[in-house]
Amino acid sequence: MIDPVAQRALDLRARPSWRTAKNTIMSGVMIGGFVVIAIPLVAILWSVISRGAHSAFAQFPDFFTKPIPNISRLPGPGMGPAIVGTLLVTAGATLLAVPLGVLGAVYLHEYGRESKFTRLVRFMAVVMTGVPSIVMGLFVYVMWTMRFGYSAFGGSIAMACLMLPVVIGATEQMLRLVPANLREASYALGATQSRTILTVVLPAALPGIVSGCLLAVARAAGETAPLLFTIGAATQLNPHLLEGANNALSAQIFVNATSSFQAAQDRAWGAALTLVLLTFTITMIARVFTARVATKR
Amino acid sequence: MAEQPHVDLSGSRDTADRAFSWLAIAAATLVLLILGLIAVTMTNRASGVFGKMGFEFFTSKRWAPPEGEFGALSFIWGTIYTSTIAIVIAVPVSLAVALFITQLAPRRLKMPLVYVLDLLAVVPSVVFGLWGVLTLAQPIQGVYTHIHNAVAGIPIVRSIFGDTPQGRSFMTAGIILAIMITPIITSLAREVIETTPANEKEAAYALGATRWEMIRGSIIPHSKGGIVGAVMLGLGRAMGETIAVALVIGASIGQISANVFSSGNSMPAVIANEWGEADDIHKSGLIALAVVLFAITIIVNVVASSIVRRSMARSRGARS
Amino acid sequence: MAVQTPPVTPPTTDSEPRIRTASPKVTEELRPSMVAMLDAAPVVFDLSKVEVFYGAFRAVHDVNLKIQKNQITAFIGPSGCGKTTVLRSLNRMHDVIPGARVGGKVCYHGVDLYGPDVSATEVRRRIGMVFQKPNPFPKSIYDNVAFGPRVNGIRDRAKLDEIVEKSLRGAAIWDEVKDRLKSSALGMSGGQQQRLCIARTIAVEPEVVLMDEPCSALDPIATARVEELMRELKNQYTIVIVTHNMQQAARASDRTAFFTAELDSKTDQRTGVLVEYDVTSKIFANPSDTRTENYITGRFG
Repeated sequence: MIDPVAQRALDLRARPSWRTAKNTIMSGVMIGGFVVIAIPLVAILWSVISRGAHSAFAQFPDFFTKPIPNISRLPGPGMGPAIVGTLLVTAGATLLAVPLGVLGAVYLHEYGRESKFTRLVRFMAVVMTGVPSIVMGLFVYVMWTMRFGYSAFGGSIAMACLMLPVVIGATEQMLRLVPANLREASYALGATQSRTILTVVLPAALPGIVSGCLLAVARAAGETAPLLFTIGAATQLNPHLLEGANNALSAQIFVNATSSFQAAQDRAWGAALTLVLLTFTITMIARVFTARVATKR
Repeated sequence: MAEQPHVDLSGSRDTADRAFSWLAIAAATLVLLILGLIAVTMTNRASGVFGKMGFEFFTSKRWAPPEGEFGALSFIWGTIYTSTIAIVIAVPVSLAVALFITQLAPRRLKMPLVYVLDLLAVVPSVVFGLWGVLTLAQPIQGVYTHIHNAVAGIPIVRSIFGDTPQGRSFMTAGIILAIMITPIITSLAREVIETTPANEKEAAYALGATRWEMIRGSIIPHSKGGIVGAVMLGLGRAMGETIAVALVIGASIGQISANVFSSGNSMPAVIANEWGEADDIHKSGLIALAVVLFAITIIVNVVASSIVRRSMARSRGARS
Repeated sequence: MAVQTPPVTPPTTDSEPRIRTASPKVTEELRPSMVAMLDAAPVVFDLSKVEVFYGAFRAVHDVNLKIQKNQITAFIGPSGCGKTTVLRSLNRMHDVIPGARVGGKVCYHGVDLYGPDVSATEVRRRIGMVFQKPNPFPKSIYDNVAFGPRVNGIRDRAKLDEIVEKSLRGAAIWDEVKDRLKSSALGMSGGQQQRLCIARTIAVEPEVVLMDEPCSALDPIATARVEELMRELKNQYTIVIVTHNMQQAARASDRTAFFTAELDSKTDQRTGVLVEYDVTSKIFANPSDTRTENYITGRFG
């Protein structure tokens, strides 16, 4: 004869209750949240790919090489000047921001340590990451474009100002990960501080620094606002960094998006696809380097 | 005793070393220099407008550059209103996603999910704007009309979801902004949530809590501060976003309305939209707007960063 | 002089049983002629009234000793007694620690190392250091050993090849790595990495090699190889070694300095002091100070 009390105690099945119901509902909410954010992502990518592919790849490679039609209602390619412009501006910005940013981070971590000046600069770098890109663009307009006119370089300066704090932050983070005893070993062999930094510390931190810089580059390539005030709106190819107005994919998308002509809008989608492919590729390459950092440790 | 060899210990290579350190200091100082220059040169350029309008710059909604009238109130309103809409939409979604990724999703799915979110973060803002204006604006106007009709009976709500819904309006801008800032808030919230000590979570489970009860009891109290900071950083980003908003907000002037379906304007959007055809005085007015924007976003970002930093430091210290 | 064996005291506390006797071989006091030979070697370091501060904290004070050429000098003592601190003051490694200050005089061949005209990097070219945890650079084996010579301006490939081989042979690791000089140094075992670090240190041909507990992170076999290496290196270099392992000091060193930490009544801090410094056999067979004897026989430490 089984003791009924013992039998009750052994029943460990889940009991239906308000608590378990609530748990299930909240789990549903969490999944729902993910779905809610996934839908626009899919929708946007779908739009960009379907409409952009039609425009960009229909008569390959015309879209990438032909100049922008002066009369926007004319259908057909291309975005050649804008692509070159984006590459020029981004390359110029990278050449400005990366060395300065890495050097700045080197100062903060290797020389300045915890002095008041260092903490101020670090704080200001954080502040600078929050400056809206349009403010940077206007700043460069006032300082540079008003004096020297439109050029791709003006755009590069504005982009570099946006990239600088990101590069500093990422580099400092990577420098922190280099163990102190590597520096000690170098000093013990009679190397100066600058030599230690250049031949031991920076090479050790390199994959992470590259990854951080690439992410900053990807962000810069996609920015629009700073370019509106600095590079002008050339429709012909201009491969010169310092002379003459230029164009960029992002700026061209903005201008064409508000156009009432279907042809211009088509070109905007094509440009959008190109830009998205560009930024995605850079980000993927950055991920490769991030993975390298993870495996080395 | 052997004689002491002559030792020369004076360094001669140290000049290159010192030069390098000066170079590094100069690079670091650049940050301060740029920020200072921004503040000084822009305020200087806009000083004419500030001088003329005085405090009315912030209180007047009349924006008529040809007549020299610069009232920024409607744009300040637009910036605040769209950012608020964006936060209201983005915060629950971001939290849900962050909790989903950290607590609910199977381990193997976590990395791919984070990748998907990061993809969203990489899409340039102009592409969001393009999609918003060409793909979203038309159909969503219909949706707005339905919502408006649905709440037509309820007094206050019907003026918020109000008359003559526009595809390009505060609401659409808010939605686009929400999509843009969700990855930021989610990724920061994820980081903060993951610093919750394992033994706090286990303690909740050991008391027989369900997953949701554990989240409410252990994770959320622990992560509250960091999440607030993350939300504020998202807010700062939303306030400064120019291009996507410029394309979908409708670019109307001088409107202060609580109707989310009405078209409006924001500080960065009006600068972007009006710059092309502005004369010098007009440009000064727009630069004045930029100065105000600069000040507001800096304050929001500084407060946000210190909140995030403090909560991360606290949680790291508490972790045993 | 009769052979004295210090009494074996069984551990009186619950701490891990550690047998603290010196091995029988070394308990014989050296013959006077050998002591005289040790005394005749030229003085490399002359420390007088040396003290080291980390900020306001005085880590070690009133250290007076002389270190002589081509001898192995061991610093022993319990944790926190300042032996590593004193070691690091010999090659100005305290310079890299903010807030650290060295007082008193550290003379190297008559030159005050902390004098105004002295460059720390020059000092470290002549006085090398091997660290407790092997710290090879994340570069190839070749580039690790060639690092020091390159710092000194040697660019010629043939010369570098020669120096690398010589140093790796000197560290008794050449045969193991000669076929993979270009592979990463991080792919080696701990013991190999430490011998690589030794090779890296002797590649710049210093006069002195300082070793900060070089074997504490190694297994016994690797430890034995490093100790063997030390005995060979002694002929060319002056070696100062900090060690927690008394048997190691007793086996391998010519002179031993015993440090301990004492409570400073004024500051209520534990500061390191040099208790006794003498020929190794005397320290272990017949220590003059009770504190030394207590440490060696395991009554504390």
